[in-house]
Amino acid sequence: MPEITGFAFPNDIHVHWSLMIVMYPYITGFVAGAFIVTSLYHVFGRPEFKPVARLAMATSFCFMAVATFPLNLHLGHPERGWYVLVTPHFTSAMAGFGLLYNSYLAVMALEVWFVWRREIIEAARRSRGLRRALYAALALWTYDTSPEALEIDHRAVKVLAAIGLPLACMLHGYVGFIFGAVKANPWWSTPLMPVIFLLSAAVSGIALLTLLYQGVSKLRRARPEPGCVSGMARWLWFFLILTITLELLEILMLAYEKSEPWHIISELLTTRLEFSFITMQMIIGGLIPLILLGIVVMMDRYLHERVRNTLCVASALLLLLQVFSMRWNVVIGGQLLSKSLRGLRSPYVPELFDREGILVAIALIIVPFVLLWLFDRILPIDEGGPAPEGPRREAETGVAGA
Amino acid sequence: MPESPSPTPAAPAPEDPARRDFLEQALRLAGGAFVFFCGGTAAEAVSGAAGEAYNWDEHRYAYLIDTEKCIGCGSCVRACRAENDVPDGFFRTWIERYVVGPEGSHVDSPAGGLEGFPPVQTAFTPTKSFFVPKICNHCKETPCIQVCPVGASYRTRDGVVLVDGQRCIGCGYCVQACPYGSRFLSPRTHTAEKCTWCYHRITKGLRPACVEVCPTGTRQFGDMKRDDDPVRRQIERERVAILQPHLLTEPQCFYLHLDKEVR
Repeated sequence: MPEITGFAFPNDIHVHWSLMIVMYPYITGFVAGAFIVTSLYHVFGRPEFKPVARLAMATSFCFMAVATFPLNLHLGHPERGWYVLVTPHFTSAMAGFGLLYNSYLAVMALEVWFVWRREIIEAARRSRGLRRALYAALALWTYDTSPEALEIDHRAVKVLAAIGLPLACMLHGYVGFIFGAVKANPWWSTPLMPVIFLLSAAVSGIALLTLLYQGVSKLRRARPEPGCVSGMARWLWFFLILTITLELLEILMLAYEKSEPWHIISELLTTRLEFSFITMQMIIGGLIPLILLGIVVMMDRYLHERVRNTLCVASALLLLLQVFSMRWNVVIGGQLLSKSLRGLRSPYVPELFDREGILVAIALIIVPFVLLWLFDRILPIDEGGPAPEGPRREAETGVAGA
Repeated sequence: MPESPSPTPAAPAPEDPARRDFLEQALRLAGGAFVFFCGGTAAEAVSGAAGEAYNWDEHRYAYLIDTEKCIGCGSCVRACRAENDVPDGFFRTWIERYVVGPEGSHVDSPAGGLEGFPPVQTAFTPTKSFFVPKICNHCKETPCIQVCPVGASYRTRDGVVLVDGQRCIGCGYCVQACPYGSRFLSPRTHTAEKCTWCYHRITKGLRPACVEVCPTGTRQFGDMKRDDDPVRRQIERERVAILQPHLLTEPQCFYLHLDKEVR
C-alpha cells in the first residue's frame, strides 16, 4: 500500500496511468520530432538537414509503428482497444486518436514510398526471384523512373510533408491535450500542456537524430557533416529554450497567482518530484544542455569539429533524459497528488517484470531501432548507397544507430 | 449497473436427449406463461419489475447528505461493500472526518471509514469536527462521460451515471477526469467501476443500500420528478451546497450544512 502524506481521497492512491503512459508520449514525441526534422528539409528547404532527412523519416516511421504498443499494454481490456477506432465517442479527446494516428500513418507511408520509389524500382530491376517480387510489389509494379515521374515524386513528397507536419503536430499536441484538458487535475489542466508536449517532442526528435546521425557516421567511419551537426544544434537549442521557458512559465503562473492548488503542487515538486523534476528535468536535463548547446551555437566557428560533435552528443543524451523526465513528471506526478488537494501519495516505482514494467519499456525503446535496421535492409537509408544486394554495410550502420 | 454474475450451472449429467428437450421446452413455456400472466412484456420481466413496468422517464433521482447528522459509524460503507461486492482497497462510497480549528485542520478517512474512526490527536486545538459522506455525484455535466473514448460511461434518463462493463476498455481516462475521486479501475474486472446509486435496487422501487442502512438519516435518496418527495422539497427550499461547484459539473448529490473545508 502506498503511503499518504496529508489526506487523499481513498480511490486516489492508485497510479492507474503507469510507465506505459509515460512511454506513449515519449515515443510519439520521437515520431513528431523526427518528422519536424524531415520537414525542415522537405518543406522549409533547410539544406543543412539534407544528410538526416531520410534518416529522420525512417526514424519517425519506425517509432510510429510501435506507438500503439504501450497503449494496448496499458488497457485493462486490450482486446477491446479497437472499439476506439470503430465506435469512437467523439466528445472524448482520446477518440480522436484513431483518426489522427491512421491519417498520419497513411501520410507517412505515402511519403516514405515517394521518397524511396526510385530506389525500390532500381532494386527490383537488379534483383531476381523472391527479392524481385518483393521490390516489384513495393513499387506497385510501376517502373517509371523518367525525369518527369521523379519530378512528380519530388512534388508529392513536398505536399505530403506539408500535410504531414500539421498532422504530426496534431498527433502529439493531442497527447498533451489529453492531459491539459483534465480540469479535475490542477497539475495537468493548462492550455500550455499541448504546446509544451509539442515543443519537447521537437527537442526529443532532434536530440535522437543528433545521436543517430553521429552514431551512424562513426560506424561508417564517415565524417559527420559539420553544417548538419551545428544546424541541428541550433534548432535543438531553439526548441529547448522554448520548452524550458514554457515549462517554467506554467509553474511560475501557479506560484505567482497563489492559486488554490499551488500549495500542494509546490509540495509535489519539492518532495515527490524533487529528483525527477528539479534535478533531472530542470538542471541536468535542462540547464546543462542549454549551456552546452549555447556554446555550440554562439561559438560555432571557434570550436574544433570533435569538440562540437561531443558537445552535441552530450547535450542530446541529456535532453533525451530531460524529455523522459518531463513525461514522467506530468503523467506520474499528476497521479501522486490527490484531487482532494490535501495529500500526496508515496512515489510510484514500476515493476521490473510487469506487463507495464521496466523491461517492457526498455523493449519498447529497442524495437524501433530493430525496425530501423530492418527498414535500412529493405530501403537503404543512405542516399545513393549500395543497393540491397549488398546490405551488410547498412545493416551495421543500422545497428550502430541502435 | 453491476451485474452479479449468475452462477454457472454444473455440467449436466448425460441424459436422454428427448427428455432434455422436453424439459427445456417446458421451462420456456412456463417462463412465457409467467410473463404473460404478469401482464408485462419480456423486457419488463427481465428488468425485474414484477407486474409494474419501470419507466425511466418518470424518475430523476437525487441524493441529499446532511453532514450535521453523520456519526461516522461506517454502516453505509459496509453496506455498499456487501451489496456491490466492491474490491478491497477501493470505494464506491466513503466517509471523511474533518477536525478543524483556527490554526489548522486535519482530514482523514481510515479505510474509507469502513470500520468507523479511531480517536485522533491533533497538534492544534480543534473547535469543530464533523463527518462528510462521499459518493459519486452523478453529475449532469460530467467529465467522466465526456472523456470516455468508447461511450462506455453514460447517463441514464433517470439521472444515474453508469459504466457499461462490457464496453469499457479500461483506459482509466474517466478515473483521471473525475474531480471527486469516485471512480476506480477494478483489479477484478479491469474496467472502471463506481457508485450506481444501487441502480438494481432503485429501479425496483428500493433505496440504495447506503441510504437504507444509515441510522441517522444523513443520507437520503429522492426523486425530483415526484411532487411530494421530501428530498426534492429540501433541495428546492433549503440552502444546499454541492462539491467543487467551480468545475460546473452540476452534481446531483446535494449537501446540507457543508463546511468550507470540504472539497
